Amino acid sequence: MTAIDPVTMARDSHVPTHKTKKTDWLGLGIVAVLGLVVVVPLVVVAIWAFAEVWRYPSLLPQEFGLRFWNATLARPDVWGAMFLSIRLSVTVTLLSAIICLPAAYAFARLDFPGRNVLFLSFLASHAFPKFGLLVAIAGIFLNLGLISTFWGVVLIQLVGTLMMMIWIPVAAFQNVDRAMEEAARDAGAGPLRVFWSVSLPQAAPTIFAAVLLSFVGTFYETEGAWLIGAPEIRTMPVLMITFINNQIVVQYGAVLSVLLWIPSFIALMFTRRLVGSASFAKGFGV
Amino acid sequence: MAQLSLKNIGKSFDGTDVIRDISLDVEDGELVCLLGPSGSGKSTILRMAGGFETPDRGAILIDGQDVTRIPPEKRPTGMVFQSHALWSHMSVADNIAFGLKLRRMPRREIQEKVAGALELVGLADYGSRRVWQLSGGQQQRVAIARALVLEPKILLLDEPFASLDQHLREHLREELRDIQRRLGITTLFVTHGQDEALALADRIVVLQGGEIEQVASPDQMYRAPETRFVAGFIGSMNFLACDMRGGRSDHAVFQIEASVSDGPVELAIRPEAIVVTPSATSTARVHRTTDYGTHILVDIDLADGTRVKAMCPPATRLATGQPVSLSADRVTVFRGTEKLADVAPVEMREVAHV
Ligand SMILES: Nc1ncnc2c1ncn2[C@@H]1O[C@H](COP(=O)(O)OP(=O)(O)OP(=O)(O)O)[C@@H](O)[C@H]1O
Ligand SMILES: [Mg+2]
Repeated sequence: MTAIDPVTMARDSHVPTHKTKKTDWLGLGIVAVLGLVVVVPLVVVAIWAFAEVWRYPSLLPQEFGLRFWNATLARPDVWGAMFLSIRLSVTVTLLSAIICLPAAYAFARLDFPGRNVLFLSFLASHAFPKFGLLVAIAGIFLNLGLISTFWGVVLIQLVGTLMMMIWIPVAAFQNVDRAMEEAARDAGAGPLRVFWSVSLPQAAPTIFAAVLLSFVGTFYETEGAWLIGAPEIRTMPVLMITFINNQIVVQYGAVLSVLLWIPSFIALMFTRRLVGSASFAKGFGV
Repeated sequence: MAQLSLKNIGKSFDGTDVIRDISLDVEDGELVCLLGPSGSGKSTILRMAGGFETPDRGAILIDGQDVTRIPPEKRPTGMVFQSHALWSHMSVADNIAFGLKLRRMPRREIQEKVAGALELVGLADYGSRRVWQLSGGQQQRVAIARALVLEPKILLLDEPFASLDQHLREHLREELRDIQRRLGITTLFVTHGQDEALALADRIVVLQGGEIEQVASPDQMYRAPETRFVAGFIGSMNFLACDMRGGRSDHAVFQIEASVSDGPVELAIRPEAIVVTPSATSTARVHRTTDYGTHILVDIDLADGTRVKAMCPPATRLATGQPVSLSADRVTVFRGTEKLADVAPVEMREVAHV
């Protein structure tokens, strides 16, 4: 019988696989150390947030409870700061996207005089000690009456996001196949439509990462927020610092920290979904 | 339907002339191939026709209307790119529908047109697929459908099949030819494969260094090349250097008569124009034979060391080292780049010892 029986074929084609993967002790060690450094402080802070009594040398708190949570959440200034921070981060990120994305596209696609100098200047704003720069800006803002106003803080935070929102999207736009844009022109789309329908979606995964980073960065920023915003405008991180400075009760700080993690966790969850998808790697030109 | 004219087009990049002075008319429903070596300016001409580059000199006319300064989105041209350039964030159907949506066509009509376009390129059931789920050949077909669905007056294709394997390329080439004929769409096609040009074109334009070498139908281009470059570029060609004296060539094997002034020339002879016959007294010897099934290609070493290719019928039996005599039934005489004469048929004489 020469006819091939599909059943035996399938059985025969089962090739035994050998387990060649050995345990990578070095890798495991690195992961363990990293985990210790990153996770342990987080866990400790989280435990502190729920501890009511925790005396040395006990490994765990003697009493758990939500007393400090209640105390913290009962304070109107905490809620005020939380909403302010969210409002601030959303405003800054949106403004930054509206300003920076078209600019990034221009950097990636157009050649105009002074292009490179301008491009580098975004890097330069981050290459020097920030505090000195902030003090100088604060002086200018004082004259403009922007000190201690919402829009003053928005402006200073906007400056902080510029680099991230220009440099990363420029790379993303440069990776967009020019022929795709030309094909859209050919199909009848004007330059703006091409940007909106082709360039932006093509660069989207990478740009989304930049937007996320600038949102989180704005949310946690303290120096500018404090220098420009004080005393009227107090964001969450600034509030936390004042808490800790005024009364050394570890739990207050811990509760606020845990509250501050919320945007990070949301950001991480988004990023995780993105990193898993193939388009994210493509966005980075991998 | 439509007619495309390039009038004295010139284009330079960074001060170097890439296109010197080119004029070309593509007639209604005609398929013209731009053929030339890499860097000869084929893509540049096509991109100027599509509006992606602006010529520095000259004018581009479609149906007599000057479109030289009109941007691509307003030109009645449709382009198919080498890299297919499909939008990977859209489905196949959305790719094809994009231009129709821009034209604010009713949704029902868009669906019909998209289905029709997919049908045309043989991908009727693939509308909901993602672009990256298609094979290279299917992607290129979608790109063609995307260009055709907008019913452009002029279809422009820049090496659309270059990234595909030989088999698929030939297959798609035939399909494209059928579609183009059926729709009667005026087409400008860029390729650097001469077989593609010979198979597809109504007329071929051979370019070199930003200048037109020759414009001719495929058979004319093959049988009557006007310049030394075209003779060497299209098909394979034997070039034999010799001198003309008193209207006769002094070549040891191929002695021809032509009314050509004295001086050095090159004899251009196609492999299939050479007839090989075994001859014990000859000094020309078979170097190698290659059997292609349809024909046998014989490399022959002449006494002066030059090697000649000859195409023989498949029944030919020749052994390596065997002495053979040669004759040619068509010879073209070139001096420099210029053609001096076509000689056919030629009386050939085998000269054994000179
Ligand atoms: N945007 C540009 N800037 C500068 N030089 C260019 C540009 N586009 C094309 N060139 C030059 O123009 C010449 C012709 O290019 P073109 O792309 O038209 O060649 P081609 O015939 O299509 O070649 P290929 O077969 O390799 O695609 C080349 O020397 C190329 O370097
Ligand atoms: Mg090209």
